[in-house]
Amino acid sequence: MIKGKFHTLGLTLTYLFLAAFVALTMFPFLMIISISFRQGNMSLGSLIPDPVSLEHWKYVLGLTADKSYVLQWFGNSMLVASVSSVMILLLSGTGAYAFARLRFKGRGRLLTGLMILQMFPQVLSLVAIYAILNVISKYVPALGLNTHPGLMLVYLGGVAIYIWMIKGYFDTIPASIEESAMIDGATTFQTFLGILLPMSLPIFAVVFILSFISYMGEYPVASVVLTQTGSWTLAVGANSFLYDQNYQWGRFAATAVLSGIPISMMFLVCQKFLVSGLTSGGVKE
Amino acid sequence: MIRNSYIPKVLYAAIMLVFLYLDYLIYRSGHPVLGVLILAVIGLAAFVYANGKTYAWRYLFPSLLGFGMFVIIPLIYTIYVAFTNYSGNNLLTFEETKAYFQREKTVDANKSYPLKVYAGNSADEYILSVEIAAGQSQETVYLISDPLRVPQDNPVELSVVQEKSPPSGTPLLVPQVIKIRTSLKNITLIDPVTSSGLRMNSFTTFAPTLNTWSYDPKDESFKNVENGQIVRPDFATGFYMDDQKQPIGPGFRVQIGWGNFTQIFTNESVRGPFITVFIWTILFALFSVLLTFILGFLLAVLLEWEAIRGQKIWRSLIILPYAVPAFISILIFRGLFNPQFGDINAFLNMLFGIRPDWTTDPLLARVMVLLVNLWLGYPYMMILCTGILQSVPKDIYEASAIDGGTPLSDVYRMTLPLILPPLKPLLIASFAFNFNNFLLIQLLTGGAPQMVGASTSVGYTDILVTYTFNLAFRNAGANYGFASAIATIIFVIVSILSYVNLKAATRNDAKNKR
Repeated sequence: MIKGKFHTLGLTLTYLFLAAFVALTMFPFLMIISISFRQGNMSLGSLIPDPVSLEHWKYVLGLTADKSYVLQWFGNSMLVASVSSVMILLLSGTGAYAFARLRFKGRGRLLTGLMILQMFPQVLSLVAIYAILNVISKYVPALGLNTHPGLMLVYLGGVAIYIWMIKGYFDTIPASIEESAMIDGATTFQTFLGILLPMSLPIFAVVFILSFISYMGEYPVASVVLTQTGSWTLAVGANSFLYDQNYQWGRFAATAVLSGIPISMMFLVCQKFLVSGLTSGGVKE
Repeated sequence: MIRNSYIPKVLYAAIMLVFLYLDYLIYRSGHPVLGVLILAVIGLAAFVYANGKTYAWRYLFPSLLGFGMFVIIPLIYTIYVAFTNYSGNNLLTFEETKAYFQREKTVDANKSYPLKVYAGNSADEYILSVEIAAGQSQETVYLISDPLRVPQDNPVELSVVQEKSPPSGTPLLVPQVIKIRTSLKNITLIDPVTSSGLRMNSFTTFAPTLNTWSYDPKDESFKNVENGQIVRPDFATGFYMDDQKQPIGPGFRVQIGWGNFTQIFTNESVRGPFITVFIWTILFALFSVLLTFILGFLLAVLLEWEAIRGQKIWRSLIILPYAVPAFISILIFRGLFNPQFGDINAFLNMLFGIRPDWTTDPLLARVMVLLVNLWLGYPYMMILCTGILQSVPKDIYEASAIDGGTPLSDVYRMTLPLILPPLKPLLIASFAFNFNNFLLIQLLTGGAPQMVGASTSVGYTDILVTYTFNLAFRNAGANYGFASAIATIIFVIVSILSYVNLKAATRNDAKNKR
């Protein structure tokens, strides 16, 4: 039974490897939870803090005299990410419908062009984006610089990748149902709204979650567009705790735990959806 | 089907009218080019939504509008700026620079008028009185100012009234006037009759102001009325130059052709760091893809092993780093890797007695960046590999076992060749993503440690995007033209990459369908 021995040995080694790997992966999370309960902003210590201090948590939750923006930043991020994602859904859903079902000149080329242009990161054209928002500020201040709607407007530029994903899903749904509905007298818009959309809810869920998560974590555009501390998003605010001149490691730790947990939970709950969405992006059918 | 077809049409016309009115306001307020551009967009919208033949474009229009405004127009503008000298030194347009010269004032020292300062109603208020000879009869009048509040740190204009007699009370003595001299220097009194300005000339006199420069529309030059110095615009450098070729006043934006690009390739102090950053960007993206793929693939293969119990739990635990928002994880690592206050060095010191300098040693900093990116990126690769592995038929392994294949050779000879073709576009996409992985570098190191001797501020972990961003927005550079030139180069590289990638993806699709 040489093979059996090998098998047991291999299995034991694999378990050991996996356990060690998970421990290593978890290390930063455990550390950050521990650090959020440590005293002061620079203390080193063991995994279990001694003494346990709630000062950073009190600060983050706004229970101290020192003004804390953390909850406000979290709210700002949630607002910007959810509204942007809803708008992305509206735009990419209709756009994808045209690419998947309607005939028009230059369809293939337009889609390729959109995908290639989308690869150019918005970070690199921030000078221009800033200039555009500056012009908008002059006429519609509510949509301009240092406003959340202005930031959401800029985020609409990320629509192409989601058009691509939704179009991929539409392509897998046979058009025959819509065609027979049209024969029965339904208009194109009615088949889109009444037949295709209800059948595509899973991909809309995926797109919403993906764009929500990506906008929650967007840093460069938000850091340039939003200039007032109170209107910052979480990504901009959290970074401000780690400036060299004003290093607030403990406060950052509490912020990271507080905001990381809900977003991570959301991800884990939607994981099943997402995995199928991720693989369908490039590896279709 | 009976339907009221008036309501949508009226609504449609009303919406168009509102947009047209807004555009008219923009046009009227001195932005004719912008107004015409917006008019074109409105016209296009009106056409698309009214015309039956453009039905498909009704669905595309909103998304293309958003995309055009915040991707395509910024991109075109960026490429345009790449050919200009737009920067902190050349910030204004030519017209704005001319306006600057026309605004500049000097004091006409030949005519000076006696100044008296009186105490105002409160301790920090003063009233100025300047004695001038006014009108044709040259009779003496007093210009009496509104109350001046001290301290006054910024230039300010005060209006005055003409009176026949000076204000009541005794004027301040010169030493008292000297005490508020910094505030007085910032004051311009505006004469209501002639609407010319008066500024401080000495502690006891005010004098009328003159335009410093007289404009010559023929060659757009300016002549200094005091000393006769003539400055002419130089459209090669974007400055007004005097006879000694010294720049005077603020610079303006000019087209400089390929200047920014040739600087990248010929100027030694720019080229050196640029090439270093370029090579590191490629190495960083390559190693990131390679390392995350190897680790993700190994984990995926291991977890496919049916003998392992609790596969689901292992999988969820292992992809946990993927669930946490990247900016949080990156910032956590930034703190943990801090050489003085970080816990990683505390542990290493405890276990091995070493304290690696993660932030100042170039090699270690790069290793740290790759390690963090491996931690961030392997779950994605594992998810992808798992997805594809599950479609690989299991019986090929049994066949291989009969032929005497070992598990290791199976992975190498069968699993990899099966998994690589469908993964290729995703690996290229991952390369392109890491090529522009702004968030990781900016939040983890900000590009540090700094390179010594470079003419622009640049660090050893900087990749092209962070280098560009920092040229434009950080380090007191505001070097927009140069940054845009690099952005243009990045755009070319990335478009080639994504074109190749799309081709690979479609070829792969075609193969699958066959």
